[in-house]
Amino acid sequence: MGGARTQRQKMWATLFRNRVSVAGIALAIGIAAGSGAAPLVTSWSPVVQDPIHRLRPPGGRHLLGQDTFGRDVFARILYGGRVSLLVGVGAVALGGTVGTALGLTAGYYGGRTETLLMRFVDILMAFPSLLLGLIVLAVLGPGLGKMIFAIGIVLSPPFARIAHGTTLSLVRQEFVDAARAVGAGAWRILAGHILRNILGELVVLSGLLAAGEIRIEASLSFIGLGVSPPTPTWGNMIREGTPYLIDSPWLSVAPGIAILLAVLAFNLVGDALRDVIDPRLRV
Amino acid sequence: MTRYLVGRMLLAVPIFLGVVTIVFVVVRILPGDPAQVALGDYASRDAVEALRQRLGLDRPIPFQYGSYLAGLVRGDLGTSLITGAPVRDEIAHNLPYTLQLTVLAMIVGALIGVPVGVVNALTRNRLPDSIGRVLSLLGLSVPAYYLGILLILLFAIELRALPAVGAGDLTDLADSVRHLILPAGTLGLVMAAAVARFTRSTVLNTLGQDFVRTARAKGLPAPAVMARHTLRAALIPIVSLAGLWSIALIGDSVTTEIVFARPGLGSMMVGTMLQRDYTSLQSVMVVYTAFVVLINLATDVAYGFIDPRIRY
Repeated sequence: MGGARTQRQKMWATLFRNRVSVAGIALAIGIAAGSGAAPLVTSWSPVVQDPIHRLRPPGGRHLLGQDTFGRDVFARILYGGRVSLLVGVGAVALGGTVGTALGLTAGYYGGRTETLLMRFVDILMAFPSLLLGLIVLAVLGPGLGKMIFAIGIVLSPPFARIAHGTTLSLVRQEFVDAARAVGAGAWRILAGHILRNILGELVVLSGLLAAGEIRIEASLSFIGLGVSPPTPTWGNMIREGTPYLIDSPWLSVAPGIAILLAVLAFNLVGDALRDVIDPRLRV
Repeated sequence: MTRYLVGRMLLAVPIFLGVVTIVFVVVRILPGDPAQVALGDYASRDAVEALRQRLGLDRPIPFQYGSYLAGLVRGDLGTSLITGAPVRDEIAHNLPYTLQLTVLAMIVGALIGVPVGVVNALTRNRLPDSIGRVLSLLGLSVPAYYLGILLILLFAIELRALPAVGAGDLTDLADSVRHLILPAGTLGLVMAAAVARFTRSTVLNTLGQDFVRTARAKGLPAPAVMARHTLRAALIPIVSLAGLWSIALIGDSVTTEIVFARPGLGSMMVGTMLQRDYTSLQSVMVVYTAFVVLINLATDVAYGFIDPRIRY
């Protein structure tokens, strides 16, 4: 057990030695806390309108100004972060589960099952991610859950590829033969032995994909899909601000900075996870 | 080599067929009857029925699928639900704008990304490297349409130097170039970030190779080692990734076209979706994915030429 503990200590040490990683993690936690505890940070509502004071510039009682309906831009950014983060967690969990299950099954059973499943994954990979999300949302219509489902589908192929590849290399190893020899079933081998061995890589992949997810979600809501107004999202705030770029640029500029910071934070968290868990994956 | 080429092409066919099938099925389960959507809520039942017959929507689904595939083989992409014009013409009108944008963006991305990546690698962990890495991290994190908005604010609204919307007059070269600078710059900068990051790590890898050490050991001056040995070897993976980058660029090109109100395949796709012009949407999707399949095929073939060891 002493060995395991020193390894864990080593991981923490690696993590905290890199100041950039620490900054990224702090930023991610800050964004999550700010939007999660939005009512504590601001007393303004993200949806209550104040038409008399529409398009007021930043400063004064409204930190980042007011939008076309006189709503507080800062409050809308905080509450809008909830959508990005909820979709992020939900979509990565969904895509990770579905993709991993596909990859594990294909790699373990081989043969026709493998060909069928992995060809399906190849076909999904042929769609540019934004287009795949777009067409799924076109069928499902607007809504938070549907957004999670659409982006979950977009994120599943990379998980399937990784799970498939690593399962292939693991099923031929002796510890799997040993498990089979003592009578373990397919389920037990997959869940107890193979999944446990590839979990690290899957966590790294989740971290790297979380940043991509925030970008896709923002792009889709910028196009006008997904969560419908008046619920704020960073993407639809930028979209609503574009007609007023000349006189009220803050409407689009402010939520864009939020996206930039969030994607940056999750890129750094993804890199940090990779460095700590699996330095071989470094690119 | 021939066997490898034929094998790769045969693999691309089922993937493309699968893509077409998925798009076809998805468009069929979209909410709302296309004929009803096209004619509006107040159309008489007879009119809707007549349109359904004209579009072939009254036929069994497998029959519709067959005739759509047969049309694709002949290069027929169907007729628009909204305008009744052939979708092929509409795509042919929009495609040049998108190709102009993406090709120019890739050139910009390579011209900025490769030198920055090389300089980063050569000044590893010193100031120029740190600046370059921060910039490429920012470039990887900024959504293309947001960068586009910032460039519009600076160059079109503040400095009034460049037009922000539209594609200009296609017959007037100077005018269309002026309209291309901001969107292609936006997309090119986003791509440059990825190129710089990849170039940096590839050059660093190559610098550690035996043949570079040998070149140095035999007394070659540093610039010659760089140009003749390191860069040459590093360029192979960089060039062969160009195709994959162009695929990654597709999503950003859609949002870029929207921000700059440029005509193009992306604007057309979003427009057809908002208008519920399902036949057009279906065909735009098919054209986009056909590009992806073709680019993947070309990348595989390029790999086969560059590295003769690769065979499947």
